[in-house]
Amino acid sequence: MDINEIIKPENLVYDKSAVLNDDVMHYCPGCTHGVVHKIMAELIEEMGLQEKTVGIAPVGCAVFAYNYIDIDWQEAAHGRAPAVATGVARLHPDNFVFTYQGDGDLASIGTAEIMHACNRGENILVIFINNGIYGMTGGQMAPTTLEGMVTSTTPNGRNVDLNGYPMKITNLIAQLPGTSYVTRQAAHTANAARKLKRSLKKAIQNVLDKKGTSFVEVVSTCNSGWKMTPVAANNWMTENMLPYYPLGDMKDSEKGEHSEN
Amino acid sequence: MAKVKGAVVVDKEGCKGCSLCVEACPHDVLALHKEVNSKGYHYSFMENPDECIGCANCGVVCPDTCITIYRVKVS
Repeated sequence: MDINEIIKPENLVYDKSAVLNDDVMHYCPGCTHGVVHKIMAELIEEMGLQEKTVGIAPVGCAVFAYNYIDIDWQEAAHGRAPAVATGVARLHPDNFVFTYQGDGDLASIGTAEIMHACNRGENILVIFINNGIYGMTGGQMAPTTLEGMVTSTTPNGRNVDLNGYPMKITNLIAQLPGTSYVTRQAAHTANAARKLKRSLKKAIQNVLDKKGTSFVEVVSTCNSGWKMTPVAANNWMTENMLPYYPLGDMKDSEKGEHSEN
Repeated sequence: MAKVKGAVVVDKEGCKGCSLCVEACPHDVLALHKEVNSKGYHYSFMENPDECIGCANCGVVCPDTCITIYRVKVS
């Protein structure tokens, strides 16, 4: 069968979401940010939320998220996205508000903000991109950097006696009664990306239903910071990150209920 | 049993040659081209178009959303 007979509008099965605009993303080739942006754009389109969504951009590589997803955005100071999201969500309770933060933003300088926003149970979605490194500023050690992992500030690998232990902040957040849905996902394979989309859809629905904070961690790669090709970075993540940061739901309940985990 | 045929259209200029789609393809349809686009990236293309089943795995993992997928049932 000729290819031109297949390429017809009626046979279309997968296309770019209309919520994503045509700007070429500044991310490095193979960066997980692109996949997560795309999934969020698809969900916002499918759930008809384009006119009522407010995203809070972080400091980090994803600071330019507002250039790519065609919704309302507000940029926050480093780590303060949950505080800004609290204000937006309280003033505009009919809007869907989400923050999009990296591990340097959320787990380091913004720890106080994220802990208290989740503890208050603000009706927001937090997307947490965990690649174990400060990607934008040159690959320095982050709180989530694995033990022994080489970064530009730990050239001999992270030493836990000197630098402390990698922080599983999602597990801490799952303990807070304000959160309703806490999960850890990945986007390195098509299967994982489809699962992530299902999780994000559930998280968005929880926010729309005013169930409290939903928190979705995405274990990601930073192939530039890790000094690897995108495919090698995905393999390294599977072998090293996923055993320490296992995927799966940590909490799925109503606000105020305590989780089994 | 109806057979499924698919086709992939890659936006050459949007592709950054990360090759995640090449890895994600279960039928080894995609490969990186020997030539480069205007930004110097080896772009992805259908090397074995007859094998494509339109599963959309390549499109789902593409960080730059430059893959469009079509699928048709052939009886």
